[in-house]
Amino acid sequence: MSPTDIKNPEYFHKVVDCQYACPAHTPVPEYIRLISEEKYTEAYMVNWKSNVFPGVLGRTCDRPCEPACRRGRIEEEPVAICRLKRVAADFKGEVKHLMPKAPKEKNGKKIALIGAGPASLTVARDLAPFGYEIHLYDNQEVGGGMMRSQIPSFRLPGSVLDEEVNYILDMDIHTHFNTHVTSMKEMIAKNYDAIFVGTGAPRGKDPKDLPGRWDDPEHVHIGIEWLASVAFEHISSIGKKVIVLGGGNTAMDCCRTSKRLGGESVTVVVRSPFKEMKASPWEIEDAMREDIPVLDCMVPKSFVSENGKLKGMMFEKVHAVYDDKGKRSLVPTGEPEIFLEADDVLVAIGQENSFPWIERDLGIEFDQWEIPTIDKVTFASGVPNIFFGGDAALGPKNVITAVAQGHEGAVSIDLFCKGLDLHNRPDPMVNMVSQKMGVHEWMYENAVVDDERYIVPHANKQKVLKDRKMEVELGFDLNTAFKEAHRCLNCDVQTVFTESRCIECDACMDICPTSCITFTADGDEEDLRTRLSAPANNLTQDLYVSSNLSTGRVMVKDEDVCLHCGLCAERCPTSAWDMQKFLYQTTNAGHSCK
Amino acid sequence: MTYIKPRFHHPQLPVNKLGYTKKEYEGVVSTLCSGCGHDSISAAIVQACFEMNIQPHKVAKLSGIGCSSKTPAYFLSNSHGFNSVHGRMPSVATGAVLANRDLIYLGVSGDGDSASIGMGQFVHAIRRNLNMTYIVMNNGCYGLTKGQDSATADTGSINKSGMANPYQNIDLAGLALELGASFVARSFSGDKSQLIPLIKAAMSHHGFALIDVVSPCVTFNNNTGSTKSYDYVRHHMEAVGEFDYVPYESEIKVEYNEGEMIKVDMHDGSKIYLQKLGQDWDPFNRYSALNKLNESRVTGELLTGLIYLNENSRDLHDMNGTVPQPLNSLSETDLCPGSAVLEMINDEHR
Repeated sequence: MSPTDIKNPEYFHKVVDCQYACPAHTPVPEYIRLISEEKYTEAYMVNWKSNVFPGVLGRTCDRPCEPACRRGRIEEEPVAICRLKRVAADFKGEVKHLMPKAPKEKNGKKIALIGAGPASLTVARDLAPFGYEIHLYDNQEVGGGMMRSQIPSFRLPGSVLDEEVNYILDMDIHTHFNTHVTSMKEMIAKNYDAIFVGTGAPRGKDPKDLPGRWDDPEHVHIGIEWLASVAFEHISSIGKKVIVLGGGNTAMDCCRTSKRLGGESVTVVVRSPFKEMKASPWEIEDAMREDIPVLDCMVPKSFVSENGKLKGMMFEKVHAVYDDKGKRSLVPTGEPEIFLEADDVLVAIGQENSFPWIERDLGIEFDQWEIPTIDKVTFASGVPNIFFGGDAALGPKNVITAVAQGHEGAVSIDLFCKGLDLHNRPDPMVNMVSQKMGVHEWMYENAVVDDERYIVPHANKQKVLKDRKMEVELGFDLNTAFKEAHRCLNCDVQTVFTESRCIECDACMDICPTSCITFTADGDEEDLRTRLSAPANNLTQDLYVSSNLSTGRVMVKDEDVCLHCGLCAERCPTSAWDMQKFLYQTTNAGHSCK
Repeated sequence: MTYIKPRFHHPQLPVNKLGYTKKEYEGVVSTLCSGCGHDSISAAIVQACFEMNIQPHKVAKLSGIGCSSKTPAYFLSNSHGFNSVHGRMPSVATGAVLANRDLIYLGVSGDGDSASIGMGQFVHAIRRNLNMTYIVMNNGCYGLTKGQDSATADTGSINKSGMANPYQNIDLAGLALELGASFVARSFSGDKSQLIPLIKAAMSHHGFALIDVVSPCVTFNNNTGSTKSYDYVRHHMEAVGEFDYVPYESEIKVEYNEGEMIKVDMHDGSKIYLQKLGQDWDPFNRYSALNKLNESRVTGELLTGLIYLNENSRDLHDMNGTVPQPLNSLSETDLCPGSAVLEMINDEHR
């Protein structure tokens, strides 16, 4: 194999699995280490810089980082990354003075942001400190977008959201709330230097053609619309028997909200098998903990009404069959259809993009699902000064993806306003510092603890079910947070190998607790992977290969289950191994190193 | 700070026939200097025992005093161990071997422990042909007392303070051959591909098996001019032949050309395969092996590999006609067979 190019920051970035998996590339181990040092404010700011809404995300993130966590590959459970983020938010001190302020002198550029959700707010935060005049439009009376309308208060208290939205609005943002933008043409006519569309995926899918759908439309609700109505207090009750259709996170929010608004018998019905449900496993767990059954492999066939009053629904029992390519089809079992009683039905079977307000003759193209044709790197549309981000750009995803796309949109708008090439993106900020202080002393805590994942405590079930706004999860206390933070393996403290220093004493290979290091004859990757101290079967993880050593062998390190414990470097007599802290920060607007 | 090895291991770590991974054969984290050759030998012992499917509780580790004699703490934590007085490990081993012949004895010593203070013990262990593996971790200096030349330091080898050693050196392999040891090998801590099969063969051997392992002292004897540095040994090593070890009942994976390879059936049913690289030496002939060793001394090469093997070795138990089982398994009736037997014995002398 050709020697690994560690000068390319993407190599070590990929080793930090959690950060690499995060759409916004938040430096996860960096803030977890700060928590273990009881520096909650600093931990919060590392988050805030990268993901803008640490308090919100610490409660509601889809956590792509956790399945990626290296700890999940050496024991049962990954580090509770998401809930540690909440710890930073819960226990931080004063942060406002650490945040950039909008300058009094503006730079003369006016930017319109349509929709006040996570994507637009991220653009606002990234651009306002550089003197951009930001105009934020939303049809609601407050900012937050789907974070407010779709995430129930028992998962995300309004005060947490308000705080983090206000940090941004306080940067001299011109808010145009209660303003429904009905025409892009009119927006263009206002002569903004750039327009950013962050209107989300606002339309819930509706089983329009299902028999009986329109017999009692009063009692069939579209999930996200219903959740928004609850959030803005237009709806405060629901029937005693509720069916929720769908297996995603919206369905979980719908069923749990129903339970709090008077639903006594709430049932989730999903077409797919249980294990293929789209909802995050912990959301499903939380719903089931509130005694909400999930019935799987049941396809809705019709709504049943009597005298114009909804009585329930008929379902067909199916089972999943997979073809050679793993493609699933749901085949009826042939059992008679099942009737489930219901006073209300909540439909949470997906969301779609919808842009009825964008005229089709402006130069912005849309595909058959109403997803705009945009550049996936710059987020620019067919009109040079109009950009998209969040669910509006590439279809429904999640908050953290919207934030990441907001950062990219802001970079693009900044480059555009400066007349620069949008594809010449600024490089990430990268910093590497040796952690060595002595033979056995490092600047990070390298001992690997055995603790299993700590459970986040919940509030009393009877109480939370009575109060829609009472938060269910209590968050870690400081003691538990400290212990959970120590479970982090510090994957950002990289093992850096210097060939010229190595005397091939094998000490690192002998000491490595997870058999990651091998000195062997060179070969191609496929061959090398079979010849290591332990088989390197995880092809998603790279091999770190040195150039030829003096005996003609090479050093091969399988990154897969490296504990970053530093024992290789401690046992190295010549410091050929060093532990170096690698900080990688994606560059936001205005910070180009170039 | 890490002095404790994490409990986690690679999830796909291979398991041996007993269902153990290599982890079950490891010891605590070494406190020797980083890069010490001794740690590599410890790792080779771990790997050899793992591959031989040895039950850790069937091994007894014995050592004297010195850096080398500390290593039994760093391998086979689940085995028996005895850290004896300086140079006196062979005496303890003799007692242990006599008392319980069912255990596998692994003696670990150094050049000071064996070639200086313990020389008188070392030679008698060979003379009595104890059934044990005797590994000398040989670094040519007294590392524990800041690197003075030891009795195995080669004449002219330059130590860390820049002085050339004026004295003759003791060649433990040559000495063992002279004394009639039944298995004599030499190896290098930095060459596990040779060392691991040698350790396995030594542990399978019936009788005294010496492996003299050159093991660089990174702190005091890894300088230019030292004949026991990593660089010097790598450039002056000369293997006597290719060597492989096939455990009992294992499939032979490598195709051996019978004409070139010598197959040796070991006492425990395992096999070793030897390929000579020169025609001038017979590993089953003590005089030929001695000649080969002497020649290499003249040419300045470090001869490594299995130098001599006596397939028909008779160990201490064979020579003494001791009971076939360990003493601790003898019952009262075995030990006190009663007055009738006593009468019989007395009658024999009348």
